[in-house]
Amino acid sequence: MSMRALDVLIVGGGLHGLSAALHLARAGKRVTVLERSWVGRHASGASAAGVRTLNRPLVELPISLEAMDMWHKIEMIVGNDCGFNAGGQVRVAEDAKDLSVLERRFATVQGAGYHHEELVDRAELLRLVPAISPHCVGALVARRDGAADPHRTLLAFRRAAEAAGVSINEQCGVTAIERAGSDWRVRTEGRDFVAPVIVNAAGAWAGEIASMLGDNIPLGLKASMMMVTERVAPLLNPVVGVAGRPLSFKQSGQGTLVIGGGLQGRADIKTQRSFVDFDELAKGARAAVDLFPCIRFVRIVRTWAGMEAKTEDHQPVIGASPNGNGVFHAFGFSGHGFQLVPVVGAILADLILHDRTSRPIEAFSAKRLMKREAAA
Amino acid sequence: MSRRVDLLIVGAGPAGMSAAIIARRHGMDVLVVDEQIAPGGQIWRNVDAVSATSLGAVLGKAYTEGADVVSRFRASGARYQPRTQVWQVETGPKAFVTCGGVATAIEAGCLLLATGAQERPVPFPGWTLPGVMTVGAAQIVLKASNQIPEGPVWIAGCGPLALIYAVQLLKSGGQIAGFLDTTPPGRVSSNISKWAKATLNAPIDLMKGMSWMAALQRRVPFVRHVTEIEAIGSEKIERLRYVTASGESKVAAASLLLVHEGVVPTIHPTLALGCQHIWNSDQDSFAPELDTWGETSEPNVFVAGDGAGIGGAIAACLRGEIAALRIAAKAGHISDAKAATAAKPIRMRLKRALAPRAFLDSLYRPRPAVFMPTDTAAIACRCEEISVARILAQAGTGHPGPNQVKAFTRAGMGPCQGRQCNYTVAHVLAASEGRPVPDVGLYRVRPPIKPLTLDELSTLGTGGAAS
Repeated sequence: MSMRALDVLIVGGGLHGLSAALHLARAGKRVTVLERSWVGRHASGASAAGVRTLNRPLVELPISLEAMDMWHKIEMIVGNDCGFNAGGQVRVAEDAKDLSVLERRFATVQGAGYHHEELVDRAELLRLVPAISPHCVGALVARRDGAADPHRTLLAFRRAAEAAGVSINEQCGVTAIERAGSDWRVRTEGRDFVAPVIVNAAGAWAGEIASMLGDNIPLGLKASMMMVTERVAPLLNPVVGVAGRPLSFKQSGQGTLVIGGGLQGRADIKTQRSFVDFDELAKGARAAVDLFPCIRFVRIVRTWAGMEAKTEDHQPVIGASPNGNGVFHAFGFSGHGFQLVPVVGAILADLILHDRTSRPIEAFSAKRLMKREAAA
Repeated sequence: MSRRVDLLIVGAGPAGMSAAIIARRHGMDVLVVDEQIAPGGQIWRNVDAVSATSLGAVLGKAYTEGADVVSRFRASGARYQPRTQVWQVETGPKAFVTCGGVATAIEAGCLLLATGAQERPVPFPGWTLPGVMTVGAAQIVLKASNQIPEGPVWIAGCGPLALIYAVQLLKSGGQIAGFLDTTPPGRVSSNISKWAKATLNAPIDLMKGMSWMAALQRRVPFVRHVTEIEAIGSEKIERLRYVTASGESKVAAASLLLVHEGVVPTIHPTLALGCQHIWNSDQDSFAPELDTWGETSEPNVFVAGDGAGIGGAIAACLRGEIAALRIAAKAGHISDAKAATAAKPIRMRLKRALAPRAFLDSLYRPRPAVFMPTDTAAIACRCEEISVARILAQAGTGHPGPNQVKAFTRAGMGPCQGRQCNYTVAHVLAASEGRPVPDVGLYRVRPPIKPLTLDELSTLGTGGAAS
């Protein structure tokens, strides 16, 4: 077996791993993806697939806005529209208190020189979302935002990556990683893989992979819950969130209502299983029927929780490893990584190919989390 | 906010009622929840109201004898909550239910799932057309509201229920356009040793079955060894086409086609709980793995009745009684030794009740096209309208399991929650990938195990105040 047939090994067959693989393979690198179960098994497949710049932390905005431009031409990037519908994202205020929160956010974003968010009154909100409960008083809106279809996105990134020459190995979990001269030797349940560069995009298990590579990065776990209803007649086009409550509400292309908002279920990292907590999920149902009284009698058909890593400050880890030569991290997206997928792959390709990137990623260094651990 | 009971029984059919009677006899606090408006389950649906009427006579002795179990159940002191849907079960055991639009949680010392069986889905070209329904559904209408279809009915299938319903329909004054018997040729002769054992143990049941066959063959057009069926029509079924083993193909006018190819255990609840399951090759279905008392791999969760493997009403009652004895012993109401002694004669009766099963299972084993339609244009997932061909195409890309097929085709994502296509997808993948069906397995069950409305879920934990 040729031991040096590879330039980059990517650990994790989620969307971020696939995006990095795609960008690197198109730049001529020989890339292999190792996936423990199957492509998109956890967070990527369980995602609400919101494509959102609205209300993102300021440090994420530069790359998020670039990602949004990429989403608007996603078909040119991956050969499929990924079900992306730029119907906008709307963050609703239910009362004056909510509205003042949104006004402060609006002022902050404008002050920082960003103009993608817009404050709208009740009349414009009702025009954008006629089905919304009339008690709502206004909203913050990002009109170029929207949502995609997570499975179509996975399939598109997978096919594009494979077409660019990426080899994807499913049912191929990493058991150990060690140095082999200037390379890394990655042991899996099957064969070994050797490459000079490793991308750690292992999602909920990224902390484990990082420690194999010499980085001890403290990570928490998210198990955000989603529910999907039976199909209903067209109800709304934008994705709707609320200022004061955990709710994200949209209608898929198939007509089902997809309801999330970060309500947390339970996760068991060892058995790789996550569980829905219905007492918690009931809060989401209450928010949904409060905001959209007309959907009270629509039936919930499925619910699930997707497992993902979260960091202390809810910002991702993107960049070179502080300790492992040739190691690059992309994980810890803390429940809002879907929209960033196209740009993070480009960032990793920059770092791996050119040792640098023009995009601002200082806030996402692994070191910030490790320092805090040392100080604690 | 959640209630607590010693024993929560889901389902007030033969198994659930019998278990409740025994558990109450040993002083347990028992709650029985059931979706229907009256006890009886599918087999004895509405028996309370019907047994003494002329409809009772039409439905026969195997039906009316349920009235005795129902009256003993009503007198047992078990709390009975009808019109209640269990939409989630969890380790604990804990169950989530809705009743009257309000969702609540119930914690139980033990949980007995007596949720019975569902009819095996039968995909064939045109099976989703209006005017095509199952024999079981037609029988529900007969039992619940004494209604029979207007005009002549085609019945196609294999198994006791198709025969019983045909006889009941004739007795009620209904018309049968034809009976398409899909039992493959040579089934009796190739199972002669099982037949001998069965007749020794249950001579009356088998003679009854044969007399139904004889009566039907005399009174209605009876076509044997039908291998393929197709429903044809634009808005609804207008004609049906069938092919027999000898290659004969016929088209006939049809306004209603009832199909039935046996039943399979209801396993959504035990799948949701993460219980171990086994493949029953005699019944071509999965069933929860149970110990001799009916306890699953999940502690304090029991299964009795057809949900434990198809055995019929008498076996269901006996399995319910056996499970209740163990549950009473676990809760300290009787000693283990006493439970074992009390169970002994019940186990003997259970053995006799199950004796004809091997013969029936072999006789009525569905033909291959029931599992995998010959015409791949047939719909596999009727909620999302996904064809067998589409599943096959997906199977061609790598070696996907059912969950990936679901994610990428949407098969199994509709309101039936995969109940109508899970076995079909497993069989298609197995055939395509050259793997055994039990190795392919079924979709992972996502909660809730029954759909509930957003309004119902919104009441959980509020005691109904949010409603």
